[in-house]
Amino acid sequence: MSAVTDDGAAPHVSVEGLAVGYGDRVVQSGLDFGIRRGSVFVIMGPSGCGKSTVLRAMVGLLEPRAGRIRYGGTSLWDAAPERRDELRRRFGVMYQGGALWSAMTVVENVSLPLEEHTELDAWTIRRLAELKLALVGLSGFEDFYPAEISGGMNKRVGVARALALDPEVVFFDEPSAGLDPISARRLDDTLLALRDALGCTMVLVTHELDSIFHIADDAVMLDPVSGTMIARGAPRELLETSTDERVRRFLRRGEA
Amino acid sequence: MAAQAALVRARDGARLVLHPEGAWTLAATLAPLPPLLDELFDAELRQVRFDCSALAAWDSRLVVFAREVAQRCAARGVAFDADGLPDGVVRLIALADGAAGRRDGAGHLAERGFLRELGEQAIAFLRSAGELIEFTGAATVALVNMLRGRARFRYRDMFRVMQDVGAEALPIVSLISVLVGLILAYIGALQLSQFGASEYVANLVAIAMAREMAAMMTGIIMAGRTGAAFAAQLGTMTANEEIDALRTAAIPPIEFLVLPRIVALVLMLPLLAVYANLMGIFGGALVGLTYLDIDPLQYVTQTREAVTLTDFGTGLFKAAVYGVIVAVSGCLRGMQCGRSAAAVGEATTSAVVTGIVFIVVASATLTIVYQVLGL
Ligand SMILES: Nc1ncnc2c1ncn2[C@@H]1O[C@H](COP(=O)(O)OP(=O)(O)OP(=O)(O)O)[C@@H](O)[C@H]1O
Ligand SMILES: [Mg+2]
Repeated sequence: MSAVTDDGAAPHVSVEGLAVGYGDRVVQSGLDFGIRRGSVFVIMGPSGCGKSTVLRAMVGLLEPRAGRIRYGGTSLWDAAPERRDELRRRFGVMYQGGALWSAMTVVENVSLPLEEHTELDAWTIRRLAELKLALVGLSGFEDFYPAEISGGMNKRVGVARALALDPEVVFFDEPSAGLDPISARRLDDTLLALRDALGCTMVLVTHELDSIFHIADDAVMLDPVSGTMIARGAPRELLETSTDERVRRFLRRGEA
Repeated sequence: MAAQAALVRARDGARLVLHPEGAWTLAATLAPLPPLLDELFDAELRQVRFDCSALAAWDSRLVVFAREVAQRCAARGVAFDADGLPDGVVRLIALADGAAGRRDGAGHLAERGFLRELGEQAIAFLRSAGELIEFTGAATVALVNMLRGRARFRYRDMFRVMQDVGAEALPIVSLISVLVGLILAYIGALQLSQFGASEYVANLVAIAMAREMAAMMTGIIMAGRTGAAFAAQLGTMTANEEIDALRTAAIPPIEFLVLPRIVALVLMLPLLAVYANLMGIFGGALVGLTYLDIDPLQYVTQTREAVTLTDFGTGLFKAAVYGVIVAVSGCLRGMQCGRSAAAVGEATTSAVVTGIVFIVVASATLTIVYQVLGL
C-alpha cells in the first residue's frame, strides 16, 4: 500500500480538533487526522495515553469535549439519534476486553448482529457466523460459552463479532495483544485479506510494533504527557524521518 | 429496496457451472440456499466451477456459499475449480480453512466530612428519584415501540424471568405471608378482645392483606430477590462492556434487556400478591381458629364480607406498580454500574435500597390517592 499522501479524495473518517476526557480531566485534545477509505489506520502510543478513550468517542460511546468526528461528511455527534444508529450499524467494534455477551455461546455472539439487522434465514446466519469464526481460527468452538474459552480466544471471537455484518468501518482495540506471535500474525493477515476483499476501513489501536509495520497504512501517535498527538504518517516513514525523540524511541522498542 | 441476487446453473453432462448474478450481499434478497445446494449434487457430477461475469457486488454472503460448495465437493470427491471466483473470495476461503484477551480498577474514594456526606446523600436521593423516572420513561417508550411491533423483544428472556419471579418465589412468599397474617391476627386480637370483638380479627387480617400487606410484602421480597439479581446481571454486563457492545451494534439495551424484565415483573407481581393474600388470610385463620376459638364458618363469612373487589383491586394495582419499581431500580442500577467487581456489589445493594424506598413511597402516595378517589 502507498504511504500517506493527500490523494485529493475526501477521507472516509475525519477527526477534527477532537478533545476527549472523563469528568474534569481532559485525556487527549487537539487531535486532527483523516482516514482514507479502505485503509488500515493505527492509533498508537504508550499504555494509558488515551487510545481506547479516543476510540470510544469515535464509535459513539463517549461524547467528545470538543471537535467533530465525520463519517463520509456526517458528523457522528451532531447527527440525530436515528441517523447515529444508522451510522453505527455500519460499524464493527472489537473491545479491548472482548466484551462478549457472556450469556450467549460463541456462535450466538457472532450471529446476534446478523439476526438483528438483516433479513437473512437461520441457515445463512449460522454459516456466516461459522465463516467469521473460521477466519479467526476458531472453527469447532461455536457452541462454547465465553467463560469456557481462553482470553486470547475471547478476543478473537470479539474480532469475528465485529466483522459479522461486513462493516464499512471496523474498530479494533488491541486485537493482537495477548496472542502468541503466530496467531497474532495470522490475525493481521486475516485483517488485511478482509480489507482487500471487502474494502472496509480499519481503525486499530495497538502498540505491537510487528503489527504496526506489517499492516498500517497510516498511523497517529498519542502522547500521555502533552495529551495530544505527536506524529502522523506511515509508520515506516516515521521511523526513518521523524526527528521527535519520543516517536523514534517508541518505534525502536525503547532504544534511543 | 433490497438488491436482487440470483444463481444460474449451467449443467453440461458431468460438469456444472454456477453463475452468481446481481449483488450477493447481506442485504440482498435471495432464494434459500440449502435446498438448492442439496439439488446440485448427483451421482454423475464430476466437476464444479464458478463464473462470476454477471456478478455486480459481493461480500461474505458469496464467501459462505462458495465455501459450502467447495466443502460439499470435497466430501463427494467432485473436482472444485475456484478460478472463476473473485480473488478476494478465494483468499478468504483459504484463510478460513487454513486454521485450527484487562480491566480498569475501581474508582478511588476521597475522604469526606460528615456534613458533606449527608448533603451528598440527600442530593443523591433526589437525583435517584429523577433517574428512576427518566429510566421509566425510556422503558415506556420501548414498551410502546414493542406494542407497535417495532422493538425487538426477547420472549425467551421474559419467560425465564417469569419463572424465576413466579414459581421459584412461591416458598418464600408463602412463608412470609403466613407469618404476616399470623402477626396481624395476634396484634389485632390483643386489642379487639378488650372490646369483646375478637371475631373482627378476620376482617382486620383480610383488609390489611388485600389492600396493603400482600402487595408490599411481595414487593419487598422481590426487591431483595429479583431486583438484586437484575442489578447483578446487568452490572456484570456493564462491567464487561457487554452493554457498550450492544449499543455499538445498534441494539438498544433498554429494549433488549430491560423491557422483558419489566414486563415479566409487572405480570407476575400481582399474581404473587393474590397468592400472598390467600396465604396471609390462612395465617390469620390459624390464630383465629386456635387461639381465639372462632368458629371456622364464621371466620370465612366474616372474611368474605370484609373484603370487597375494590379492596382487592387496589392491592393488585399497587403490586403492579411495585413490579415496575423493582424491575426499573434493578435494571437502572445495573446499567449505571462501574467497571469493577466491587461496583457490581454496590449496584446490587443500591438496587435493593432504591427498590424498597420507592415501594414505601409509592405505597404512601397511592394510599392517599385512593383516599381522595374514595376507593
Ligand atoms: N471510565 C473512566 N473514567 C475515568 N477515567 C478513565 C476511564 N477510563 C480510562 N480513564 C483514564 O483515561 C486515561 C486513558 O485511558 P485509556 O483506556 O484510553 O488508555 P489506553 O491508551 O487505551 O491504554 P492501554 O494501552 O493500556 O489500553 C487513563 O489515564 C485512565 O486513567
Ligand atoms: Mg486501551
